[in-house]
Amino acid sequence: MSEIENVSRRRFLTGGVIAAGALVLGVRYYRKLLPGEKLPHDTNADHAALHPSVYLGIDPDGSVWIVASRSEMGTTSRTTLPLIVADELDADWKRVKIEQAIGDKRYGDQNTDGSHSIRSFYGAMREAGATARFMLIQAAAHQWGVPAGECETDLHVVVHRATNRKADYGELASAAAKFPVPPKEEVKLKPKSAWRYIGKGEVSYDLEALVTGKAIYGMDARLDGMVYASIERPPVLGGKVKSYDEKETLKIAGVRQTVPIDPFKPPPAFQPLGGIAVIADNTWAAFQGRKKLNIAWDNGPNETYNSDAYKNELRATSHNPCKVVRNIGDADAVFTKGGTIHEADYYVPLLAHAAMEPLVALAEFKDGQATLWAPTQNPQAVQDIVSKELGIAKEDVICHVTLLGGGFGRKSKPDYAAEAAVLSKKMGRPVKVVWTREDDIKFDYYNAVASMYMKAAVGANGKPTAWLQRSVFPPIPSIFDVNAVYGDAAHLQQGWTDIPYDLPNLRVENGPAKAQVRIGWLRSVANIYHAFGIQCFTDELAHAAGRDPLDYLLDLIGNPRTIDFQGVEYPNYGASMEAYPWETGRLRHVTEVVAEKSGWGKRKHGKGTGVGIAAHRSFLTYVATVVEVEVNDQGEVRIPRVDVVLDAGLVVNPEATRAQFEGAAVFGTSVVRSGEITATKGVIDQSNFQDYPVARINEVPAQTNVHIVDSNAPPAGVGEPGVPPFIAALCNAIFAATGKRVRDLPITKLGLS
Amino acid sequence: MIQLRVNGVAQSFSGEPEMPLLWYLRDVLALSGSKFGCGIGLCGACTVHVNGQAARSCVTAMRDAAGKEVTTIEGLDKNGLHLVQKAWMQINVPQCGYCQVGQIMQAAALLDGKKKPTDHEIDEAMSGNICRCGTYQRIRAAIKAAAGEMA
Repeated sequence: MSEIENVSRRRFLTGGVIAAGALVLGVRYYRKLLPGEKLPHDTNADHAALHPSVYLGIDPDGSVWIVASRSEMGTTSRTTLPLIVADELDADWKRVKIEQAIGDKRYGDQNTDGSHSIRSFYGAMREAGATARFMLIQAAAHQWGVPAGECETDLHVVVHRATNRKADYGELASAAAKFPVPPKEEVKLKPKSAWRYIGKGEVSYDLEALVTGKAIYGMDARLDGMVYASIERPPVLGGKVKSYDEKETLKIAGVRQTVPIDPFKPPPAFQPLGGIAVIADNTWAAFQGRKKLNIAWDNGPNETYNSDAYKNELRATSHNPCKVVRNIGDADAVFTKGGTIHEADYYVPLLAHAAMEPLVALAEFKDGQATLWAPTQNPQAVQDIVSKELGIAKEDVICHVTLLGGGFGRKSKPDYAAEAAVLSKKMGRPVKVVWTREDDIKFDYYNAVASMYMKAAVGANGKPTAWLQRSVFPPIPSIFDVNAVYGDAAHLQQGWTDIPYDLPNLRVENGPAKAQVRIGWLRSVANIYHAFGIQCFTDELAHAAGRDPLDYLLDLIGNPRTIDFQGVEYPNYGASMEAYPWETGRLRHVTEVVAEKSGWGKRKHGKGTGVGIAAHRSFLTYVATVVEVEVNDQGEVRIPRVDVVLDAGLVVNPEATRAQFEGAAVFGTSVVRSGEITATKGVIDQSNFQDYPVARINEVPAQTNVHIVDSNAPPAGVGEPGVPPFIAALCNAIFAATGKRVRDLPITKLGLS
Repeated sequence: MIQLRVNGVAQSFSGEPEMPLLWYLRDVLALSGSKFGCGIGLCGACTVHVNGQAARSCVTAMRDAAGKEVTTIEGLDKNGLHLVQKAWMQINVPQCGYCQVGQIMQAAALLDGKKKPTDHEIDEAMSGNICRCGTYQRIRAAIKAAAGEMA
């Protein structure tokens, strides 16, 4: 065993790789292993009798191994992507076994973020299944001496109807492996009418494990001889340990020792934050030992950070001309003429992810190789940072991906995995780093705090004749470049430069903000604040004009057209504009449908009740949401009903999609009700669910109705797009119910009670 | 020495009596079904039954578990087919699933005491259990489905 383990993957790779890219189709990928030899992290698919793709293998008993190369954090992608393979293979889902890939570039991109698992891998999955099906048909045709064109498949068997012959995939697997993998052009994909699973969906492959406690998350990973670590990190970003005393810590039963971790060199990226690790025989002893540490800190320059003052700075910046990122006509010329002008400031604070599973990772450094088990959204990023931190080759970092107890973007950033690897190397044994909830809240990569200044001149009918919007927020690139202060195109596109209104004069601007905490992606990212600003300001203008918010919104969206982004850097979430044009007609359609589904204008709303509407495209999906609220005399907000309509192109798994939009309403409820991270002298003020509350069962929408629009467009995102319009629609509903306009989130600041 | 029963099996513990039951279950007995979520009894991910009552194992000291009968998700039903678990599958409740073990233990305790809980009673009983994925609507439906089965 040790001999095999010592052979690095790199040596296997040399000279043997036949192709690169997302899908490596071909003969056995690279191996020249001895008979029976197997690397500990090989997939079963790798060793199956028929193995035409890195994602797929078929055994002689007919078992189909499908490799889930992307992470499962609750979106069901671990089930839905294999389902696409199974459909094209015409496989029996009951005979499919899913195995989780380690981090390995042979699978292509594995960063499970940005709501693009289905969109980016739909084609590759279909091709993988269809290729195997093609080879199985060839093998059967050859055995039977009939033309392949006369053979077809039917649920795990190849059939030749004329001679009434059939053979199970298992019987054919070894024979099929002798045929060359066909070129892509020869492989025919199924017509839509023949789909078994696509569009119908399946429940999670892991459902039973999830309800019986057998599912293994990062928190549940164990190795013989492992020790537990809890780390006291610098309370201010970029701080360092001046000195520390471990005497009291070492008195705690079960504590073994303390280990200092070096502070990072800016920019922070995904490096460990540094601090003092307490190593113990169990998690609790590590936590207790940590409380007894006596550390003197050098807080560094971010000690000046106070979130209240920072908010004022952002707002001040937004009140002056900033960088123009999109322009149509001449808004200023209209503003100078005077007339009716509306202005408003919108603000969203820093937000924390607070996934239910706190960050955790298990690492074992042995014989020059690091092996990790981590709930990560991005195992290849784990390989990158661990290889840098330990000074070993990326191929010598093996990252196993466990189930994730939620992710929401936080687990794309592998600082916690790097901590475990660094400590394992220092300890010479497996180390499991466990973050407390307090660590999770205080050392997050927060969704950016943002201030938005909105201005419109309105003409007849209250319709804008000129529109100006400025957003100011510390950008995510600041974690990689401390001098990055402007929003990058990837985040300005998120509901800002792509404001879909048909306006004669429009100016979109972005101002600078220097980050003093780590900023990162959180479910829906910049769309959260951008949709809030635009969709609530739209509602303000509608009410100011005395118009129905739905009619007004449709009026602004205008007639169906494709947005022309000439002169604007618009990455379109990494998708081509040809395949995924920005079609205002689709936004209009979901808005009209949600009005109908929610009974907009038809239902009576009494005192203290109201409905709000918002529409938004993000991650290439068009969504419109209507929220109904009741506010009682005590100022308590109830949400009896939510209607949401989405056009996400082809939806592979409708049931999982509905669940994502139900969940998005809850996630949005947390943002509106209580989402706020603040800082005093560089230290985050919040610590756990008592001061960073997230929505509970008695606070969330009582009923969320999700309606999926039939669409011939290619698949788009479903994990994130539900959040932004929900937030705006809820705030608009609160206005309708109370007459109080939400411009400053969360609503604890609104003074309802 | 602390004596207790876990899922029907007698156990004895000679470590720190202040150690929370959660870490004893997870780190010592390797029963990892009960989850760590907050450590201060605010999220319910660690919910187990102590003498048949739902309890937050992260704030239940081992000294207070002495002489008690502890049931975890591993012992709720030996086949994993408790009515609540079946309802959870039927309604397809979980997303990430991390909190669901605690939700199920809480719901099972609720239905033990109340055969037909109202919406309000469900909210009351379940409001200590956070689900960040936002599966609450299905949790409510699953509790009702399980209650229907029991009736």
